[in-house]
Amino acid sequence: MFYREAGDFKTSYAADQSILSIKLDRYFVIGLIAFGVIVVPMIGNDYWLGSLLIPVLVLSIAALGLNILTGYAGQLSLGTGAFMATGAYMAYKVATNLAFLGAPVAIIIGGLSAAFAGVLFGLPSLRIKGFYLAVTTLAAQFFLLWLFTHVDWFVNYSISGVPSIPPMEFFGVLISGAEATTEARYLFVLGFAIILGLAARNLARCKMGRGWMAIRDMDIAAEIIGIDPLKAKLSAFAISSFYCGVAGALWAFCFINTVEPGAYDINRSFQILFMVIIGGLGSILGSFLGAAFIVLLPIFLNNAPQWIGLNLTSDVISHMEIMIFGALIVFFLIVEPHGLARLWQIAKEKLRRWPFPY
Amino acid sequence: MKLKALGMLAGAAAMSIASFAANAAELNVPSLVYRTGPYASGGIPLADGFADYFTMINERDGGIGGLKVKVEECETGYKTDRGVECYDRTKEGALVYGPYSTGIAYALIEKMTADKIPLLTMGYGRTTAADGTVFPYVFNFPSTYWNQATAIFNFMGGELGGMDQLKGKRVAYIYLDHPYGKEPIPTLDKLVEKYGFTYDKYPVAPASMTEQKSIWLQIRKTKPDYIVMWGWGAMRETAVKEATNIRYDMSKFIGNWWSAGEEVATPTGERAKGYRAATFNGVGMDYPLYDDMKKYVYDAGKASGDGSKAGTVLYNRAVVNAAYIHETIKLAQEMSGKADISGEDMQKAMEQLDLDAADVKAMGMTGLLPPVKVTCANHEGQNPAVLIQEWTGSEFKIVTDWIPADTAMTRPLIESDAAAYAKEQGITPRSCS
Repeated sequence: MFYREAGDFKTSYAADQSILSIKLDRYFVIGLIAFGVIVVPMIGNDYWLGSLLIPVLVLSIAALGLNILTGYAGQLSLGTGAFMATGAYMAYKVATNLAFLGAPVAIIIGGLSAAFAGVLFGLPSLRIKGFYLAVTTLAAQFFLLWLFTHVDWFVNYSISGVPSIPPMEFFGVLISGAEATTEARYLFVLGFAIILGLAARNLARCKMGRGWMAIRDMDIAAEIIGIDPLKAKLSAFAISSFYCGVAGALWAFCFINTVEPGAYDINRSFQILFMVIIGGLGSILGSFLGAAFIVLLPIFLNNAPQWIGLNLTSDVISHMEIMIFGALIVFFLIVEPHGLARLWQIAKEKLRRWPFPY
Repeated sequence: MKLKALGMLAGAAAMSIASFAANAAELNVPSLVYRTGPYASGGIPLADGFADYFTMINERDGGIGGLKVKVEECETGYKTDRGVECYDRTKEGALVYGPYSTGIAYALIEKMTADKIPLLTMGYGRTTAADGTVFPYVFNFPSTYWNQATAIFNFMGGELGGMDQLKGKRVAYIYLDHPYGKEPIPTLDKLVEKYGFTYDKYPVAPASMTEQKSIWLQIRKTKPDYIVMWGWGAMRETAVKEATNIRYDMSKFIGNWWSAGEEVATPTGERAKGYRAATFNGVGMDYPLYDDMKKYVYDAGKASGDGSKAGTVLYNRAVVNAAYIHETIKLAQEMSGKADISGEDMQKAMEQLDLDAADVKAMGMTGLLPPVKVTCANHEGQNPAVLIQEWTGSEFKIVTDWIPADTAMTRPLIESDAAAYAKEQGITPRSCS
């Protein structure tokens, strides 16, 4: 009753081809974006915007990237952290040495550099598949981080190797550095997340995206029906790494304010892989849900005892956090192996039939 | 999505309650700790010492200037993003932070400067923050990594019978391959230029801290005259164990002050006898301060954690850290004329902090806490120096007097790097005269 497609007629090709062809979906997404852009910055405080929503959005972008590669094109990758690092270091390099280009261009150049690295490390995917490919992307993880921490050029010969991001403006508003307001940083990141989210949704249903899915489902059959595996796999690697690179740059520019190798280590790659698995493989919404789950839940568990007035020591809280978080991951995967996005889909089905389920 | 929005509302409500509670007049000194994760062996004594000292102050003196000190712990697990989250969670009315993590310290430098809260990275963090003209809100007294490196070589020179004896010697530098471990390398290069020794670098990857076999095989082959270690986490225990396995002369193996805890040598025990490490705080519990700690904290059953860490090297270091903060708060209250001070008052007081030997004696910490004098331009203290402690097989003993650092060599390095940072960030260094 609440959610229905019936009576939603399309009278033009344009309407038929719109990204969200069901009216209710469209209104919901537009409403959500409006909420995120207008209401959230007004009601959110520094902590909510700066420490919770910004990392969730940034990691959502990275999860989108990995979802394109793993969820849509079926290529398992453990190099996400390295591609994020490529984006961050190159964006930093551009932002400091070619400062006149501005922050968005620096971040996009960071993304493009990551895309280039992604293509390079994606080449083995033409020959090897599955877990073996995951191992070759591990090489990217270790090699790229080694490169950035041992070649001083990438950090402008800074002695510590942890350079700080200079303050940068976007249309006269500071979006990086400590002086930037949380609202400005949040909106800047949100802008990237919206554009990249819609772009991913569109990519997934165009010729290229259908090619990815064909390769994922059966590569030999895909090749027989005329899909070039070289193009499909490498484009998936390039676009996926672009997303990761942008995410890595945003992490450095708008969140922690430094380019720190520790932020892009192998644990980050695993974390993003878990986001994709828990959110839902091959789902745009799932990337956002997965990122929110993995980032917010531990912080929620860490805060919860204090909110309800329990006075526990910090080590007990964090041990509980780790245990409950682990148990919840297992619980979710048993209850819904297709991820949170599938739960959302089930909810929609239920809403459609309500109040007369059959 | 609806659930998320609901959760946000509930969370926002809870947050406002939490922040309301924090507004009662208290001196808010948040403590970013890591009692879990791969670095917990160092994080637990640090967290316990910090908490216990302020428990003692609250019990003995009823707080500082009539206000209780509130030490709110937030677990970071040594992760930078969680550290930033913890900072944002606790920064309301906070007076000072000391995250005991290079990564978190770097991420907080600009944020805390903008929020006007001082960052006291006692013997870690960004060395060049010693230049107060560029980093008004960052302090790293009583000494920095670079000064420590020069002091360790001064100690070697003293042992060899003159700095000229270093010429032609071979040193192995084994370090955590992390910004922290790489920090002293520029200083080592300068020292090589000056004294004419050679050194080999042996990085240990943070992801595999306990896999050092190949490194120690190489060390066995090259037979260095000294080994210097810049370690943290499980890397230190492994290195000491491996050194005894190749029967290296442990008295020639010198760790930095973060490789100085009991947990480093205890697993190897008797065989690690002679292992040396730099430190800037005393060891053991043989100080008048500990009478009060015992009376008000340990015997009262108020010790943080399981209470077993009292008197260990890192515990003592956290006590020293807390004592510096205690003295700064007292000074800030005196300078501002009010008990309920702000981060800004704290910064002003920290720049005037001047503890001489008599002050330290009055604190009951002679030999435990180094005297320090901070100025507007110099945030690392006027006379950075280290002690060398030696492992007797069951505990550490201080074996030297204060060994001064070569500030004449490090200060120009600090100033030039700070100037480069200021240029990149578009900061105009403030005038201190």
